[in-house]
Amino acid sequence: MTTPATGAHAHAGSHGHEPGHHEVSFFHKYLWSTDHKMIAMQYLFTGAALALIGGYLAYVFRMQLAFPGHVVPGYGLVTPNRYNSLVTIHGSIMIFWVAMPVLVAAFGNFLIPLMIGCDDMVFPRINRLSYQVFLVSAIILLSSFLVKGGAFGGAWTSYPPLSANGVYNLTPLGSTLWLVAVALEFVAFLLGGLNFIVTTMNGRAPGMRMWDIPIVVWMIVIASVLFMASVGPLIAGAIMLLFDQRLGTGFFDPGRGGDPLLWQHLFWFFGHPEVYVVLLPALGITAEIITVFARKKLFGYRTVLYTTWATGVLSFVVWAHHQFIAGIDPRMANVFTITTLLISVPITEMIFVYIATLYGGSIQFTTPMLWALSFIAEFLIGGVTGIFLGASGADIYFHDTYFVVAHFHYTFFPSAIIGMFAGLTFWYPKMFGRMLNETLGKIHFWGTIIAFNMIFLPLFITGAAGDQRRIYNYALFSEQTRPELQYLRELSTIGVMILMTFQVFFLFNFFWSLKHGERASENPWLSNTLEWTVPSPPPHGNFAELPTVYRGPYEYATPGRKEDYWPQNAPITPLEEGAL
Amino acid sequence: MLERFATGASTYAASIDHLIFLIAVLVGFWFLVAEVALFWLMAKFRRRDGHAPQYVTGEEKHLTKWVTIPHFLVIACDLVIIVPAILVWVNVKQTLPPAQETVRIFSQQWAWSFQQPGPDGILDTADDIRTVGELHVKANTVYHFELQSRDVLHSFSVPVFRLKQDAVPGRTITGWFNATRTGTFDIQCTQMCGMGHGLMAGRIIVETPQQHAAWMKRASSPALAASAALPSDTAAENTKIAEVRR
Repeated sequence: MTTPATGAHAHAGSHGHEPGHHEVSFFHKYLWSTDHKMIAMQYLFTGAALALIGGYLAYVFRMQLAFPGHVVPGYGLVTPNRYNSLVTIHGSIMIFWVAMPVLVAAFGNFLIPLMIGCDDMVFPRINRLSYQVFLVSAIILLSSFLVKGGAFGGAWTSYPPLSANGVYNLTPLGSTLWLVAVALEFVAFLLGGLNFIVTTMNGRAPGMRMWDIPIVVWMIVIASVLFMASVGPLIAGAIMLLFDQRLGTGFFDPGRGGDPLLWQHLFWFFGHPEVYVVLLPALGITAEIITVFARKKLFGYRTVLYTTWATGVLSFVVWAHHQFIAGIDPRMANVFTITTLLISVPITEMIFVYIATLYGGSIQFTTPMLWALSFIAEFLIGGVTGIFLGASGADIYFHDTYFVVAHFHYTFFPSAIIGMFAGLTFWYPKMFGRMLNETLGKIHFWGTIIAFNMIFLPLFITGAAGDQRRIYNYALFSEQTRPELQYLRELSTIGVMILMTFQVFFLFNFFWSLKHGERASENPWLSNTLEWTVPSPPPHGNFAELPTVYRGPYEYATPGRKEDYWPQNAPITPLEEGAL
Repeated sequence: MLERFATGASTYAASIDHLIFLIAVLVGFWFLVAEVALFWLMAKFRRRDGHAPQYVTGEEKHLTKWVTIPHFLVIACDLVIIVPAILVWVNVKQTLPPAQETVRIFSQQWAWSFQQPGPDGILDTADDIRTVGELHVKANTVYHFELQSRDVLHSFSVPVFRLKQDAVPGRTITGWFNATRTGTFDIQCTQMCGMGHGLMAGRIIVETPQQHAAWMKRASSPALAASAALPSDTAAENTKIAEVRR
């Protein structure tokens, strides 16, 4: 965190939005900055802190499930009400306050201007506002633990009438704070997404055509488009739900002409594209890393983009697969089964393209590469298990069981956590100007991956055996009290503890390397994209001279060149022209 | 396959299990293909001295087949899954075979209660049998259920029947089941319904016609009606609930 500041002087004068030059106060440097890199760091550290909180919540309720009724060390007794709050806030935090800020906002903010050759976001002050609104939303969410009745416990999907009426949910204040926090978080990401799209479309360096934009930038832009196009209905729904809660309206109250299912449609119309909002940036990060460490051109750059757009468009017409058994007209399920299974086509192609990229490569198993490859390997499990849930007939059984829990953790964990570690270990040298320790990185990698599978593989089985979700104690369900199911629950909980223990390696590595890591050169991985052409860490304003782009981002091992990489901004020398 | 983890006890349980098995085989195949390819390429193309990386754009004619062939194969597999999935769905959820018996199911925070016709066989008459937490049904009989909720969303789930249906306040949702196996099975609530969601358990007792007739006789005799409505083991269950709460 100290190093970006030294660079902040260099270009401060040329930017009207930075005060004067030389000494910048702590407040302006870290909290009131409009520099996209500093805002990225704000998002990153806030998201990481919230990830620790979300992980702690998971530890508490997994302990309750493994040892029901016992006092959880570091928390206390888990009552039914608290259990509901724990799972609800865990889900909300991990999706809205971890996956989105880290994957979309932190990497989007850090990478987009650097990778397209721009000095900052097009709207730096909107960018700053975006983070501030986000921070307020996070504080509101966390404060709901302290109010009377406790934090909202009606599940992260917040279905009315339970969520609409304090008499039903017993957390009247908590449910309103949850709703306000989520709505503000959406505002933050609308502001951020606006910046990502406009900056990428208008701020590219001369020579960078659409087909020369690195995949990760494309993915974040497409994710922003999906988010902005899908969030409108949910904001409308959130306002209606807020009115139901606080003003006593009846938008979702069947007794007064409302309909509880309306919320579900509005929620999932947003909720399903949201899955891809989180997934796409992680896919983008993976694309950058596997090309660099396999020294390979991406196998079909255009195929990746076409399939991404196809996935994005299809993701808007699959939402009701979350509601097969919710009481919708059963005939609707047939349409949504077809659209849901068709989404497997572009996604499979994309994964095949990633795997094919390794063909003929020269693969170095560095820590970022291990994370990127494990993303593919693990996400495949999440992908194929989704078919069971998208097929309406099979979903009758699996709906709202732990099979669903295991399935979406195999999509969200690779996206949010593996994707985050892949990106962090890969761009850490650029962000902080130091190299991470590889040994610690690999210990952390293996500990995390093994523990992750230990948590969620058993849950496929307990789900198939009928364990339903959001139950704090199975004592009353005789079929779920079989000892072998309890062993699996305990195995999963032990996995959580191992997972959390191994994060110590990462935290130590992260903070130790900030001061003691080997100094990073401009381009330690010999990569092509523009962020590697500036000093590590990049100064304020990024480029001493704005670059010109001559080629796409994945020209590795180009025949006729001495080096096996070819930076996007390197002009063709007359010698090379002859050789090519 | 699912039978290993959860007994099947309704006429459509087997068809759902077969569908799940079919999906498992197809996606299992693709999963293995992808993982084997991934790990094989990782091993074969690891960095070694004297092996330079190749320049492949993936847009060459002879290479695009590696994407287009899987493309069509995946579409074919999707169709092979979509068709039986819809057939099962239509059978379980979209069509109602003629009812031999009808029960009404009420969900509320946090209990199941049931109303079924008494000896006269007609619903909504004076001799209706109302029970809490326990539903007695005959095996090999098509039951229609009319599912209602008195407050928030709940979901009526009987894992051994492979049956699950949300209850929505303000609506009556009709579905059906036909039990094939006698015994006592769990009824779960599978939709978050508030503080007592984890306590919202019920039992479905599948009986032979003789057992069912005997139960009905006991339950509908006025002297015993009160104790039938609150079966003796409810008291035991209450202490269990108290235990869990503690």
